[in-house]
Amino acid sequence: MTFRKYLVLAGVTVFAAAGDSMLSHGMKQVGNISLHHLSSVFFAVRNPWVAAGIVLLLAFFAAYMNALSWADLTYVLPATSLGYVLLALIAKFVLHEQVSPLRWLGIALISGGVGFVAGGPALTSHDKAHRGTANRVGTAAQACPEPAEGDCPVERSSAATVDSRNETPCLATNRSDGAPEPDARAIPGGVGS
Amino acid sequence: MRHLYTWTAILAIVIASVIGDVLLARAMKQVGDVHAVWRRSGLWTVIGRILSNANFFLGVSSMAAGFFSLLFALSWGDVSLVAPAAASLTFIGNACAAKIFLHEKVDRRRWFAAVLVAAGVALLAG
Repeated sequence: MTFRKYLVLAGVTVFAAAGDSMLSHGMKQVGNISLHHLSSVFFAVRNPWVAAGIVLLLAFFAAYMNALSWADLTYVLPATSLGYVLLALIAKFVLHEQVSPLRWLGIALISGGVGFVAGGPALTSHDKAHRGTANRVGTAAQACPEPAEGDCPVERSSAATVDSRNETPCLATNRSDGAPEPDARAIPGGVGS
Repeated sequence: MRHLYTWTAILAIVIASVIGDVLLARAMKQVGDVHAVWRRSGLWTVIGRILSNANFFLGVSSMAAGFFSLLFALSWGDVSLVAPAAASLTFIGNACAAKIFLHEKVDRRRWFAAVLVAAGVALLAG
């Protein structure tokens, strides 16, 4: 994990927490939305707090997509939960609100859960998904964006675990027998469609 | 009736979020490491790859459905209930969906983490 990647995960956490808070504040100002006037939910975006919340959630979305491009979904998602910890800490130390022992326990559980995931590899996706990618994208060269930098590791087994140090998922199959690489378009079993 | 609306909206949030997360994760794996592609081929290549991916649009559509379900839920229930409840259930749903559809190796460490985070988020709502 590089500093840049930690920064991306921090962005996911902070933008999600701030965006949710602003949306909540805005929707309380908008009031209840009746089932008979569902279309009024679209007009809620006129509220400045809702609009600001949407902007922050768009920033969250960009950071989230970036993170998903180099890490598993089950690795990235716990990072978003740190936003709840952040909110509780802001409530305690900035807003001087009372945080109950149960909430501190919740913070400890989330932190522990994030610690568990952070200690493991960032990417473990099965190679089948990668083959599906190569199948969709077109050629093996296109599917592996960083071959020159050695970020595309040789596939070790059918369910190889890619170490977190490998920054780019390998989308092409490198043959160990030295035979020429088959065209990725011919690789069957794609799941990307 | 208020509780029924709230929990129905929470369920809608969870289903839409899980579908959206899985499709988006698949799309971004197909795009490749954004930073690496950007550095090698430029920003427009990154944008082009993302915008030419069908899973991306399906994922965004599903997340949009989840977003409007969130607005609906927030208008009926407290954020201290809606956000943690939806997030907790989404964690568990995503762990299952990632294993089944994305072929991620969700080992005991990640299951344990998902349960811990879900429980922690639920406690924060208390």
